[in-house]
Amino acid sequence: MKTKAFQKIYTHIENITKATCMVEAEGITNEEMAIVDGRPAQVVKIVGKKITLQIFPGTQGIATDAEVVFLGRPPTLKVGNELKGRFFNAYGDPIDGGPAIEGEEVEIGGPSVNPVRRKQPSELIATGIAGIDLNNTLVTGQKIPFFADPDQPFNQVMATVALRAQADVIILGGMGMSNDDYLYYKMLFDNAGALDHIIAFINTTDNPPVERLLVPDMALTAAEYFAVNQKAKVLCLLTDMTLFADALSIVSNRMDQIPSKDSMPGSLYSDLAKVYEKAAQYPDGGSITIIAVTTLSGGDITHAVPDNTGYITEGQLYLRRDTEIAKVIIDPFRSLSRLKQLVIGKKTRSDHPQVMNTAVRLYADAANARTKLENGFDLTEYDRRTLDFAKEYSRELLAIDINIEIDKMLDTGWQLFGKYFSKDEVSIKKEFMDKYWVGTAS
Amino acid sequence: MSTKGKVVGIVANLVTIEVDGPVAQNEICYIDLGGVKLMAEVIKITGKNAFVQVFESTRGLHVGCEAEFTGHLLEVTLGPGMLSKNYDGLQNDLNKMESVFLRRGEYTPALDKDTKWRLVPLIKAGATVRAGDWIGKVKEGWIDHKIMVPFDYAGTATVKSVVAEGDYTINDTIAVVTDNDGNERNLTMTMRWPVKVEVKAHKNKPRPFKILETGQRTIDTLNPIVEGGTGFIPGPFGCGKTVLQHALSKYAESDLIIVVACGERANEVVEIFTEFPELDDPRTGRKLMERTIIICNTSNMPVAAREASVYTGMTIAEYYRTMGLKVLLLADSTSRWAQALREMSNRMEELPGPDAFPMDLSAIVANFYSRAGFVNLNNGETGSITFIGTVSPAGGNLKEPVTESTKKAARCFYALSQNRSDSKRYPAVDPIDSYSKYLEYPEVIEYLDKTVEPGWADKIMQLKDALLRGKEAHDQINILGDDGVPLEYHVTFNKSELIDFVILQQDAFDKVDASTPLKRQQYMVNKLLTICGNQFSFDNFEEVGGYFKKMINLLKQMNFKEFLCDDFKGLDRELDELLAQRMVNEQEPQAVTAS
Ligand SMILES: Nc1ncnc2c1ncn2[C@@H]1O[C@H](COP(=O)(O)OP(=O)(O)OP(=O)(O)O)[C@@H](O)[C@H]1O
Ligand SMILES: [Mg+2]
Repeated sequence: MKTKAFQKIYTHIENITKATCMVEAEGITNEEMAIVDGRPAQVVKIVGKKITLQIFPGTQGIATDAEVVFLGRPPTLKVGNELKGRFFNAYGDPIDGGPAIEGEEVEIGGPSVNPVRRKQPSELIATGIAGIDLNNTLVTGQKIPFFADPDQPFNQVMATVALRAQADVIILGGMGMSNDDYLYYKMLFDNAGALDHIIAFINTTDNPPVERLLVPDMALTAAEYFAVNQKAKVLCLLTDMTLFADALSIVSNRMDQIPSKDSMPGSLYSDLAKVYEKAAQYPDGGSITIIAVTTLSGGDITHAVPDNTGYITEGQLYLRRDTEIAKVIIDPFRSLSRLKQLVIGKKTRSDHPQVMNTAVRLYADAANARTKLENGFDLTEYDRRTLDFAKEYSRELLAIDINIEIDKMLDTGWQLFGKYFSKDEVSIKKEFMDKYWVGTAS
Repeated sequence: MSTKGKVVGIVANLVTIEVDGPVAQNEICYIDLGGVKLMAEVIKITGKNAFVQVFESTRGLHVGCEAEFTGHLLEVTLGPGMLSKNYDGLQNDLNKMESVFLRRGEYTPALDKDTKWRLVPLIKAGATVRAGDWIGKVKEGWIDHKIMVPFDYAGTATVKSVVAEGDYTINDTIAVVTDNDGNERNLTMTMRWPVKVEVKAHKNKPRPFKILETGQRTIDTLNPIVEGGTGFIPGPFGCGKTVLQHALSKYAESDLIIVVACGERANEVVEIFTEFPELDDPRTGRKLMERTIIICNTSNMPVAAREASVYTGMTIAEYYRTMGLKVLLLADSTSRWAQALREMSNRMEELPGPDAFPMDLSAIVANFYSRAGFVNLNNGETGSITFIGTVSPAGGNLKEPVTESTKKAARCFYALSQNRSDSKRYPAVDPIDSYSKYLEYPEVIEYLDKTVEPGWADKIMQLKDALLRGKEAHDQINILGDDGVPLEYHVTFNKSELIDFVILQQDAFDKVDASTPLKRQQYMVNKLLTICGNQFSFDNFEEVGGYFKKMINLLKQMNFKEFLCDDFKGLDRELDELLAQRMVNEQEPQAVTAS
């Protein structure tokens, strides 16, 4: 970021903390950007002439006579078609050696969509993964995270979903991403020949954590440009939102705010909602879908970050290692896509909702049987059948390496029902039983 | 001269304004940012400094921006034309905003000033009136919208003149009244009212006693709510709070439904926007939208306005209640409102209470719930506001300040359980933990005796007992193993499963099952109680589950059929045959078939 002649420059810093510094200045606007000793900063508090600036890279080494240049504008991003195929840092500056973008400059974190102008999401996103398409169907305009422990292969699953989703533009917002993961994404997109419609804003673990706070807004501002101006179907991948929240807590802590649960700021819900609610189906056909990653610590979903996320997003996807089949599956119990109702049985075959529910119910019976077994009780004949069913269901439908059409998923479901259960045990509406039942038992 | 001021400090949406005159706590002001007016509310005053919470983003605001104080509190505009509207938390008409994105400082009028309404006067010159009395009526959609003496009118007045029946706009004078000191006041069809003040233009607020049919079996049958009652639905995320509230908004028997989307997802409100204009109100055949008002302040909209939204909803509800209507007010989620309070109290550096919520959270929640209720109006008519809010407890733990405060204030508790939701037993209302205090009211029991059947409250208790016994039996089975318990335990457990699957579980997305009239609920409850009262003979426990599954299957199919249609009766007969296989009866078998 270069400084320009008319910008206000000060050289007397009054106060420096770990993340902020304070200068006396006039005519400064709330949330405007500044450069302090060459580092990007933003106005976070104004009391009379005293301006508090949050220094994104931290204040280490900043001297009281450092130069403070106010830029007179909030954080912005230059948008245009040239964004496609490019990699940027959290400030929207290229990190791929390519030229600077010469587009229209827009403020990031802009206003929200008027709810009455939104359209109801209705377009199914097929991924081929039955754990998603059958049980937790995704819809354009949806926002949904993976809740995953750090050792689970969420980046692979997310990349697979992204590549199969047939989006016009894929935008990757990486927060606290390891350099290896960054390179993994880059290579994968390159190999898939998808680079021409990928845009990435990356903050790696090498970069200062507070910079991450800009990443979602950068990514979503670019997303809005394509979804609104070009009516594009945009898929935005945000990983890892837990690290984004950590940055929020660092800042609020340094600003002496009273922490609420798990030392997160009291505004965590609103802060996360502002990001996720950018997902939308626009009236003219464009859409923004957000798939995010929220890493858990020890699977604890009552922690403030996953908890608040769950209250905001339209469902969540859990990965679990199923030792019976030695594969990672999409856990059917806790995973949920809230928007699936809008498409299943409507955009897909009408037996979809019932097949989905019945399979999960029988899978739950199997889980009960397993508990019995673990507690040393005898199993009934029904229990044993559920266990066999569960294993095959897991292998044929829940595993993340599945790639089949939705009709095939439903047919597989019916086959498994027929193989292991009687009609009574399956208990699906008669009209569907008549049409699809393939079992021999009555 | 109105008070003016200048911005001297900004932290997020808390702005400090140095004022040049008197200001009132909670007074509204507008801050001028280069021609864009940002609405704000005073929340603290120290000396010459007024601290205001801005209802918009404060980006770009700077020291020296001018502010103008309005001299009034946060108010809504009341009058004909609110029905079917989509408002934001500050009662701006969202449909009147043209652009796709919300523009800062864009405020749209709540009512249309040019619409002509056909007014039928209800009083004559010479009559004595007081606040809330009906002076005329207009047709607002299908509702007889009463034009009332403004709620702020103190004491009584004499009507000096009333216009003749005819077409008037909301700002035309339609009556002139004279107070006891001879002061005249022109009345129009509209008035303004501060949202945080309860409307009390009624005679009294007796204990509510009439059952409010919601079509939701787990509520109506097990823990009924009454007209003018209060209830809340706490539950971890994804357990079905919103789906249950949407079901209530679609099927509850009310004249008017006000839905407050308070800090939740925009897509969920879009669902209402999209569906309600299409869906029929099963009772009247009119479109659902014709009895609905939506207050929409989704999670990405300004936090301060979120706090206002529940009050906006309540005040509009009170206005319609004073017209003698039966209003159902729903708010999803009241936790977001509490969080908005927390964010502000944090910024003001107030001493925090538990979990950093403001100390007076309980009082604020209690005060809000107390505004619901059944009222006798001065003219002998009645009206009611039934309020049901959702609560989103942090970490799903009900021992947190918002849930605990609400539990003290609301009379019905519909606790959603993670376990039920995980096993897709929807609606996931926990039948054991949930309660309705109204079942303890003698007048409610009497009302049930009269309107459902004599002894109905007892039958509810029998159902609850059967569920509880089933749970105990299940616990024993889990501890001792299937064959470690007497066979009877399996039967007891399966009887409770029967009640669970057939009465409690209800498919919100099936067109028949989504709503069950009380008559049908009564039929099914009697059927199940009869079954549960019977003895069955089994040789071993393995037979029990399979037999009951068959029974559940038939009864569930019945739930999906139109009540008493041929298919329904066919299934009913099948059920009787099934029952005959294993029923052992000392007495005459009781008839359980539809006639
Ligand atoms: N009665 C029901 N019938 C069928 N499915 C249901 C029912 N209730 C809830 N669900 C399922 O659970 C999902 C979540 O429900 P809902 O959105 O009401 O949860 P919530 O408690 O409001 O969550 P949050 O606190 O995150 O808003 C729904 O999308 C739906 O899939
Ligand atoms: Mg909800």
